[in-house]
Amino acid sequence: MNTIDQTTDEVLRLAAEHFKVQRDQLSPDDDFFKKLGINSLQALDLLTRIEQHFQIELPDYELQGVTDFRTLAQRIQSRL
Amino acid sequence: MLDLRQYNSLGKALRAALDRWPNEICLIEADRDRENARLTYHQFKEQALPLASALQNAGLKDGSRAAIIMTNQSKWLISAYAIFFCGGVLVPLDYKLTAAEQLQLLAHSHAEFLVIEYHLWRAITQSEQFKNLSVRTVLVTEAPLNADLAGAHRWEDFHAAAEPTFVPRKRTDPACIVYSSGTGGRPKGCVLTHENYLEQCVALTSLYPFWPGVRYLSILPTNHAIDFMVGFIGPFTCGATVVHLRTLRPEFIREAFTKYKITYMALVPTILKNLERGLRQRFADLPSGKRKILNALIATNRALTRRRPNLKISRTLLPQVHQAFGGELRALFVGGAFTEPETLQFFYDLGIPVGNGYGCTEAGTTITVNDLKPFRSDTVGKPLPGMEVKITNPGAEGIGEVTVRSRTLMSHYLDDPEMTGETIVDGWLHTGDLGRLDPSGHLQLFGRKKNMIVTEEGKNIYPEDVETYFAGLPVKEFCVFAANYLWPARTMVGEQLIIVLHPETGQEITKVLETEISERNRRLLNYKRISGYLAWDRDFPLTASLKIKRAELAEQIRQNRERSAVVPL
Repeated sequence: MNTIDQTTDEVLRLAAEHFKVQRDQLSPDDDFFKKLGINSLQALDLLTRIEQHFQIELPDYELQGVTDFRTLAQRIQSRL
Repeated sequence: MLDLRQYNSLGKALRAALDRWPNEICLIEADRDRENARLTYHQFKEQALPLASALQNAGLKDGSRAAIIMTNQSKWLISAYAIFFCGGVLVPLDYKLTAAEQLQLLAHSHAEFLVIEYHLWRAITQSEQFKNLSVRTVLVTEAPLNADLAGAHRWEDFHAAAEPTFVPRKRTDPACIVYSSGTGGRPKGCVLTHENYLEQCVALTSLYPFWPGVRYLSILPTNHAIDFMVGFIGPFTCGATVVHLRTLRPEFIREAFTKYKITYMALVPTILKNLERGLRQRFADLPSGKRKILNALIATNRALTRRRPNLKISRTLLPQVHQAFGGELRALFVGGAFTEPETLQFFYDLGIPVGNGYGCTEAGTTITVNDLKPFRSDTVGKPLPGMEVKITNPGAEGIGEVTVRSRTLMSHYLDDPEMTGETIVDGWLHTGDLGRLDPSGHLQLFGRKKNMIVTEEGKNIYPEDVETYFAGLPVKEFCVFAANYLWPARTMVGEQLIIVLHPETGQEITKVLETEISERNRRLLNYKRISGYLAWDRDFPLTASLKIKRAELAEQIRQNRERSAVVPL
């Protein structure tokens, strides 16, 4: 099973790929809405990509109140 | 539809609907590609009455306040009907608020009962303020079997066999307390009566009718005023079907259109723009020849439907577009925030009319809506039947404050006669929005007179609420403003909040202070965040009770600072 650091790293990689930015421009504590200039619907798109990668199901509410990659990775980790 | 003039309350009208169309499907609950529930009106009644009976046993009586905090799903509507059946007053709260904010509004509303989803209840029980919860009875839906519910009841087990007693209400009695804002500062609990809702429903369905067989796709939360009306009261009193979709993922929204042959859907501008973006991309990906043909067909459709929509023509000219929406879509409704005309026109040109509306909770949801005779993308439509709209103190261009009078206006703000008196003057609701009525009676909006913003997701944000998150900031004083209030911009898109900082004498705004502001900002939900700060070097004007005179301070700032002085965060 992944460690939380591995999960965080994979989330960052997936976000970089999905939104076409350089991986090294993203950090775990970045506010992804601000850093990527996305809205909540675009964040849900990323969630779909993450689900496919980790083969889990994340209800929309798991994203509620989450704005940084690290917290998102923690939500994913708890379902792995 | 039912003749709603014959009914005094939402409970009575809904009860009649359940008996009128027992075999029609009233609810479908979809979760991604799964279907959790499919109920006829009779089955809905069979589920709601035992719940109503148990609520009555627990002490819910006429006038009791009962809150619901849930995503849009079948148990929301079943619970709401059970509450109305018992004569209760419904308090629909936003499930997207933080647990602390929800607890604050529960206390403000004096709710005695609460129906809530398990994951939201868990957040509340883990909140520091949980000890302040004053609700007497809590029902939790979808809790795992071994979950500790902290004294709450399991919704699925909360039923009683005895026949419940229907409790009649008068038209003027409160039906709902709906919070249009007010976590933090001064809660605005709009008390809306049964008459407000019944009248609004008659007016809306006269323009956009429902009937048995119509399927409304519900993706906005049902606590949202729009979905409560067009995703519950409207379809139910007409024998139509509500399809709940428990996700906002675009791929499942697309699938729901075709799977359930959707007739109507209400959405907020963000989602409409997302749909537009997806369609534009698909059109752009077409081979050049096909794209040219498509553009020609769209132009033809535009010409042939210039005066009014013609679904038959549009579906014939653009079958693939309409099939992608299920082939039965008659209109989309958009409201809650300003939508750009280009987006509205894009859909209309495809033969998908968008009922673009304008309203506010205080006015009973909708004030104006496009009647499509003809379609206009540059306005928010005409006043609904029964709605009087006038422009107060118009300037040279006819622009002034939009004021409204109607039987749909709220009764008052809960426990706040002062704010009620400022908002409703001689029976006219002062919306705080700036607009102009054109010669054909269409309303055009030009910004706001009031100090607040509305996001593209339809969220009203009041600076006073956001300010509480910056309490104790190490400066002499600070104040949050809507940037467009300080520097009127005649626009209702891209609105932002800023914080005005008045440092102590000799204090500089350092990186440390900027970091502290940014960190506090991050604790706010993303749509509530401030976007920059403005340094200010004079004492704020204060009232005798030491409150900031916001209008006066705004005027001073307007006179002395340009918007370009705002430092982005």
